[in-house]
Amino acid sequence: MSADLHTLGVAALGRALAAKSVSSVEATQALLARAQADTHGAFLVVDADAALAAAKAADAKRASGAEGSDHPLLGVPIAHKDIFVTAESTTTAGSKMLQGYKSPFDATVVARLKAAGTVSLGKLNCDEFAMGSANENSAYGPVRNPWDATRVPGGSSGGSATAVAAQLVPAATGTDTGGSIRQPASFTGTTGIKPTYGVCSRFGMIAFASSLDQAGPIARSAEDCALLLSAMSGFDERDATSVQRPPQDFHAQMLKPRPGATAAQPLKGLRIGVPKEWLNWSDDALDEKQRVTEDITRALGETFRRLKDLGATFVRVSLPRTELSIPVYYIIAPAEASSNLSRYDGVRYGHRAAKYDDLLDMYKKSRSEAFGPEVKRRIMIGTYVLSHGYYDAYYLQAQKLRRMIADDFQACFRQCDLIAGPVAPTVAWKLGEQGDDPVKAYLADIFTLPGSLAGLPGMSVPAGLGEGGMPVGLQLLGNYFAEGTLLHAAHALQTATDFHLQRPKA
Amino acid sequence: MPLTPEDVSRIAHLARLELSPAEGSAMQTQLNDFFKIVEQMSAVDTSGLEPLHTPLSAIGTVELRLRPDAVTETNNRAANMANAPASEDGLFLVPKVIE
Repeated sequence: MSADLHTLGVAALGRALAAKSVSSVEATQALLARAQADTHGAFLVVDADAALAAAKAADAKRASGAEGSDHPLLGVPIAHKDIFVTAESTTTAGSKMLQGYKSPFDATVVARLKAAGTVSLGKLNCDEFAMGSANENSAYGPVRNPWDATRVPGGSSGGSATAVAAQLVPAATGTDTGGSIRQPASFTGTTGIKPTYGVCSRFGMIAFASSLDQAGPIARSAEDCALLLSAMSGFDERDATSVQRPPQDFHAQMLKPRPGATAAQPLKGLRIGVPKEWLNWSDDALDEKQRVTEDITRALGETFRRLKDLGATFVRVSLPRTELSIPVYYIIAPAEASSNLSRYDGVRYGHRAAKYDDLLDMYKKSRSEAFGPEVKRRIMIGTYVLSHGYYDAYYLQAQKLRRMIADDFQACFRQCDLIAGPVAPTVAWKLGEQGDDPVKAYLADIFTLPGSLAGLPGMSVPAGLGEGGMPVGLQLLGNYFAEGTLLHAAHALQTATDFHLQRPKA
Repeated sequence: MPLTPEDVSRIAHLARLELSPAEGSAMQTQLNDFFKIVEQMSAVDTSGLEPLHTPLSAIGTVELRLRPDAVTETNNRAANMANAPASEDGLFLVPKVIE
């Protein structure tokens, strides 16, 4: 059995652990060996000693029969995006600024997954301060896509998606500000969910854009995501935006049959809206400009047919301000980032320049030496749009447009239960392909930004392969707190199809 | 109006960044490219609309919560200061600012 342990997902491994056909120590050792041998650049830190200690503790807890010894995540190895602070190892946010940084505490998401009994193998590479869509902006080198090492894995949770796709861990944590869970999940053929803004605590999650940042899991199935999300989420008084409501069992919500559902048609009655601005796919011809490559249309069309077979009906909806989402997001996120990143001044923690003239010079040199080009660019944009005389025209106008975008979604959800469309306009591109053109990279975020601006829950679900045999992701968006509906639909699709079971050849 | 090299220097100063001449010139081009896609924002009439500062206010009033005024943390000074680039006697050290 141990030779195949890495192929097991969270639920399957949890069952094997519960049946005592494998121990957490065995699973942890098997996955540690893979993580240590990895050539994709997914891990920044593999913490074998801490992982084995946690695995031993998990095995002991199971043997004791104490409270929590039947938790479905007990003893399951995972890894954390290096944007979550952890007391046991360093946390860098992919930046030279935080090289060697040791947090005095665990992020709430980390603490909750630890309390559930998961075993952390270490920390995963990501774009610097989660700013990027290709994982090429990490100070510690790029991550390579396990499906094709010449391509990017997406970002900013590129290390998380890669570790899951390459079967180094069954699941990993990620964060999503403008698509950073959904897009890498799409590029690597994994399943990821970004919950509603406020569902997961952001305490100890290094801040990028506070009105957008959310945490969520990346795994190899909707079911595995549901198990992780249940443990990660919930009210936390240490995050002012944390939503006050009882703990949610997303796994139970995922399994709950829809009213009127049958065995053959578990999605009977589910209305799925496809925004006409996103995809030229419908039973009637559309003349909208095509925003995705043909392989994406084909893969999504086939997935839509499978969803129809499962009982879902499709309606055409409209998100007329889709294109505006790009400037709106790239004003708001950098504005908040410039404010959040002002804390890195070389005084209390982080990089301090070796040589400087005075305090101001120390700030400037420390920041300029340690921030990478994309982070500097966003700090510059943010500083400018918040500066005297420009605030109303840029930041305030963007926040008003953001309300229009959120209202557009509410109009859609009067006609449908879920929105479906592409995650990205193309499959994963080649490393270095976007060169020195940041705007080109921003434009590729067009389908994930609207849901982020509105704070809606969203998933990327594998939808077959496109150009070059690379994975295509189906984006599903739900209304606020509709994680259960999203997971139910994704699980129904994954029960009836094998898109999510396709693995990289390497 | 495109940003000039002087604008870029002024913003960099506000952001406490020091850009080399090559960085500054690349930044100027990239920012001006970016603001071309921002122009479309100004064409939309948003009069009478409330800005959406936090997403959930799209569907209702978001109440800001206050925590009880109670001590929740113990003194953890050594651990909290362990990452300081320079410290002495429990204080953060910075270059002299008062002569």
